[in-house]
Amino acid sequence: MTDAAQTARRARGATWLAALTDERARVEGYPASVQVVDAALGERAARYIAVVADADNRFVRARGGEVGLLEGWTLARAVTDAIAADAKRADKRAIVAVIDVPSQAYGRTEEAFGIHQALAAAAESYASAREAGHPVIGLIVGKAMSGAFLAHGYQANRLIALDDAGVQVHAMGKQAAARITQRSVEGVEKLAETITPMAYDIASFAKLGLLFARLGVDDADAPTADDIESVRACLSQALADIGDSRDLSSRLNADGRSASVTVRERLRAQWTG
Amino acid sequence: MDSAQLLERESFVEKGARERVRRLLDANSMRELLDPFERLRSPWLAMQDIVTQADDGVVIARGTIDGVSVVIAAIEPAFQGGSMGEVGGAKIAGALELALEDARTGTPVVPVLLLETGGVRLQEANCGLAAIAEIHAAIVALRDYVPVIGVITGPVGCFGGMSIAAGLCSQLIVTREARLGLNGPQVIEQEAGVDEFDSRDRPLIWGLTGGEQREATGFVETRCDDDSAALAAAVAEAVKAPPGPLARTQSIDRSLGRLAAIDPSKRMEPADVRDVFAAQR
Amino acid sequence: MQTLSLDYPAGAPAACRALAGVVGSGDLEVLLEPGEAGRSTVAINTSVDGVNEIWTAVIDRIFADDSQPAVALEINDFGATPAVVRLRIAQALEIAHTAGARTDG
Repeated sequence: MTDAAQTARRARGATWLAALTDERARVEGYPASVQVVDAALGERAARYIAVVADADNRFVRARGGEVGLLEGWTLARAVTDAIAADAKRADKRAIVAVIDVPSQAYGRTEEAFGIHQALAAAAESYASAREAGHPVIGLIVGKAMSGAFLAHGYQANRLIALDDAGVQVHAMGKQAAARITQRSVEGVEKLAETITPMAYDIASFAKLGLLFARLGVDDADAPTADDIESVRACLSQALADIGDSRDLSSRLNADGRSASVTVRERLRAQWTG
Repeated sequence: MDSAQLLERESFVEKGARERVRRLLDANSMRELLDPFERLRSPWLAMQDIVTQADDGVVIARGTIDGVSVVIAAIEPAFQGGSMGEVGGAKIAGALELALEDARTGTPVVPVLLLETGGVRLQEANCGLAAIAEIHAAIVALRDYVPVIGVITGPVGCFGGMSIAAGLCSQLIVTREARLGLNGPQVIEQEAGVDEFDSRDRPLIWGLTGGEQREATGFVETRCDDDSAALAAAVAEAVKAPPGPLARTQSIDRSLGRLAAIDPSKRMEPADVRDVFAAQR
Repeated sequence: MQTLSLDYPAGAPAACRALAGVVGSGDLEVLLEPGEAGRSTVAINTSVDGVNEIWTAVIDRIFADDSQPAVALEINDFGATPAVVRLRIAQALEIAHTAGARTDG
């Protein structure tokens, strides 16, 4: 991939955030790596949030759009601010996590200062928003990887992914996965052909039944007007589908994760003994 | 602890998951759910010719602790490094979801999570990750009703997406041997280089992420010796605590303030980190 | 991974189920259930290839006495030595013979 293509791909979170909010001004008071915009989603008020690359991030290990200490706590700030602002409103704003995060930040300072706790704060804020009645939607426009995705988007009521080669959901990058399972990258890719949860591509991820929608677009790096309209329409459909629900039960599909469904059925049968 | 006490001490770290559960519960109160004879194995490991454990490395049991109704989820550290697969993850998430239903209908049961895990099982990647997200959701919802207790003792410690689950627990009980961190030392060294983090430097690893340091910096609430009686007593006290908001996740401004005050370009030693946290108390 | 099935003449069915060990490096998990009267069966899944003869020899010796209670064993092995195999099977058999409801591991 060319440098320009890489840069374009790396900027997807920021690009889509701007596109979906008609380039509205960001909410002030948040660092450059966490962009927050309040804008409508159809008829509804919404807060859009993206974690983006910041070449000047004080935390060197989080300059490429990774979710690090600052990003974790800032996500928690951005979401809890929205919860507090709407506390007395019946109609809570929607929260849209625009997701393109290559990983969590890896570093000594990160571990020393409890990055696990920063990401927990972020995950909790999204979960709390959902529990309080804010419809939360995760829109995957690029990478949604491991701890970063757990913190930013995986607590959403509904998940939407663009259908594009640059969209990947996984627990670990291919290189690292290859090292840990003692295979080559080709070996990991080969395994992924038959082991659906090990695959990196979004079509395979969709088979697990976790997505509300997988949406084809003309240009995921530089969305056209049609692309933006179609994503907006999908976000509205997701909103309608959420209705008053506040949990993650829509992710449980016997077609996608049959063992997950069976385990829960058998637990329920044995629960009261 | 003198040598006589050391000899008498019953190690918790050396126990397997099932034995740990038995040790924590009141005598004769243990009722295991989805035990190994149910044979709910990992479908994904079988496809990769990897020998499966019949309970997928997670023990779920109901019972009482000092009379308090609890459900314990214990991860077996010996099987696949305690990693989370689809079945094991669903056992934990499903048990928490049922506990939540009970809490909402007025018969609360307190969850106790024995977290001995490297995180997602790579051979089941996205199934493990999805299950962990469901575990996070259930813990947050449950905390309105009951305390959610996490116990980390070693030998594996608690890493990856399950370290985030630990961060969501109402109370964390650890030993000195325990480690709690997002990324394992080898992964950090591979991603960031050996100067950033030497994965063979054990004093550094425990110095930054071990139980003693985590207690000193407020990331865990209780630290015990590796002594089953002490740990059982700590858990018994923890399950009686009232539910409530979690200071560890809700001290957002203080945490952001702390980050603003440090110089991230400076290489931090464990003592430096403790100083930063002490200064902010 | 290799699988192996063995069976032996035995006595009356064992009194109860039993469990021993874990599928950890150098260890194995033994699930024991009462067998059909007169016959003990052993189903082995092992991560190690090419050791069927060793397994057969080890298990043959354990089940040499055909008056023992009939059991159905499932073994999930992750590279245990014969000594550890004998230990885990002995642990499981002891629980079944003592006819307790307790499981071990």
